[in-house]
Amino acid sequence: MSLEADLYQEIILENYRSKKNRRRIESATLQAEGANPSCGDDLELFLSVHDGIIVDAAYDGVGCSICCASANLLCDSLHGRSIGEARSILEGFKGMLLEDSVPEFADDISDLEAMQGVKHYPVRIKCALLAWNTLEGLLDGVQ
Amino acid sequence: MKQSTFYSPSSSGLDLSELRAQFPILKRSMRGKRFSYLDNSATSLKPEMVIAAEQRYYTELSANIHRGVYEFSEQATVEYDQAREKLARFVGAGRNGSIIFTKGTTESVNLVAYGWARKFLGPGDELVTTEIEHHANLVPWQEACKATGASLRFIPVDPDGSLRLDELDEVITERTKLVAVTAMSNVTGYMPDLSRIIEAAHAQGALVLVDGAQYVSHHPVNVSSLDCDFLVFSGHKMCGPTGVGVLYAKNEILEQMDPLIYGGDMVTKVRRDQAVYKPLPDKFEGGTPNIAGVLALSAAVDFLSEIGMQRIAEHEHGLLEYMVERAELVDDLVSYGPTELGVRGGIFSFNYGDVHPHDAGALLDQEGVAVRTGFHCAQPLMRVFGVTGTVRASVYLYNTTDDIDALIDGLKRIKDVFG
Repeated sequence: MSLEADLYQEIILENYRSKKNRRRIESATLQAEGANPSCGDDLELFLSVHDGIIVDAAYDGVGCSICCASANLLCDSLHGRSIGEARSILEGFKGMLLEDSVPEFADDISDLEAMQGVKHYPVRIKCALLAWNTLEGLLDGVQ
Repeated sequence: MKQSTFYSPSSSGLDLSELRAQFPILKRSMRGKRFSYLDNSATSLKPEMVIAAEQRYYTELSANIHRGVYEFSEQATVEYDQAREKLARFVGAGRNGSIIFTKGTTESVNLVAYGWARKFLGPGDELVTTEIEHHANLVPWQEACKATGASLRFIPVDPDGSLRLDELDEVITERTKLVAVTAMSNVTGYMPDLSRIIEAAHAQGALVLVDGAQYVSHHPVNVSSLDCDFLVFSGHKMCGPTGVGVLYAKNEILEQMDPLIYGGDMVTKVRRDQAVYKPLPDKFEGGTPNIAGVLALSAAVDFLSEIGMQRIAEHEHGLLEYMVERAELVDDLVSYGPTELGVRGGIFSFNYGDVHPHDAGALLDQEGVAVRTGFHCAQPLMRVFGVTGTVRASVYLYNTTDDIDALIDGLKRIKDVFG
């Protein structure tokens, strides 16, 4: 087990560096801020939902590579999905990190599994979950 | 990265291998590597004699103080009182000041914020602090101001995190009732000229609280010649156990202050509707104190005094100089704090390229190097520096140049991952 193999894999570093979803959506229909007070990571999550479908997702803010990679993957995974599907992806992701459950993500979002190694580093789980906990708060507000 | 030797541990006269042998945890490896502990600003490691003192209380005394009439309780009481006297001598408290045991620096600050500030401050009064403080020496004052209507003012800070003391007169005025300032920044190691601040405050009739959490464990202190009104510090940063700290204050001020904790062991007479409190220092130590912790802290003071605080300070200064010189040879390393090292203790905060401090810290951990990452409970200072966090390496008496080499060499692994 090495940090490079578990945490800093190429796929995570690519998502960390990616600027694709790192932006603000001025016309977002849902928007929330999430922060980890212990480390100063601070993100804003933006969703554009039309007719129950997430047509765009983005994040902005500051965070470590794990936090930002996870946020980028989250945004990618939500494109074109319904609120219901988003809830089940969220559940799968949190289960993967918190309950050791075996993830069953659709093929087009199987990159999410790259975050699995984070569970070996308890102090970094909160980094990986920041965007997802923020998403959970947003979805809880949607009927 | 070029290797260089700017500092030899022997120049401070400390026998490092003999010293290090007294710290059991230094025999451990971390992530399979030599354990390089550079997080001393967060807490210090504990020598065998401190651990033994804590254990000895439970194996040989285990009795409450100030209550029992039996031998072990009497002995515990005597040793507890002796610890208080030892701490008083350690910080140079004369007969006009007292040592109050608390659970740490934060509680000590709160004791003054509740017992003094909330009692004596009012609208129109001002409390002066700085943007370089640890949150423990800021948040209690924010709340005290909210509760009393007093205002909070700040000594201006330069971009390098040092205080603009030439503007003291504009901030400390006849409205100032208290100045709360750190003796050493927990982010940069910067040590402001306390005498100048205390003189300016006293000239306006204001009291001064010195946050010694980072300073007392590394430098000789004499509160009598410094003439501060309050000094707060923690045991666990000075080779002592967690859960015990100190408030030193002048007796004339303590006499006027209210306790923070009310209950048993701090009263002489209790009737249905009222109670009479014990004299100093007991009125501030309600409930059973951390007896084992106080006795272990007393052992820590013996340990430090045996080495000598001046030698510890010199050793750490040598390590700081070595760290700064090695870091200067690293591309993309940005450090924070005054470049004049004479005003700094053994703390080195930096960022490496655009790598987030947590990522840097996680990779250093893989090299056996323990550093602190994040905002270090000093968010206002992070704003001054325009960063969300830093990597912080902080040294103590048992550190060697090997620890610093491990840190600097570990940066290579960060570069390999983040390019």
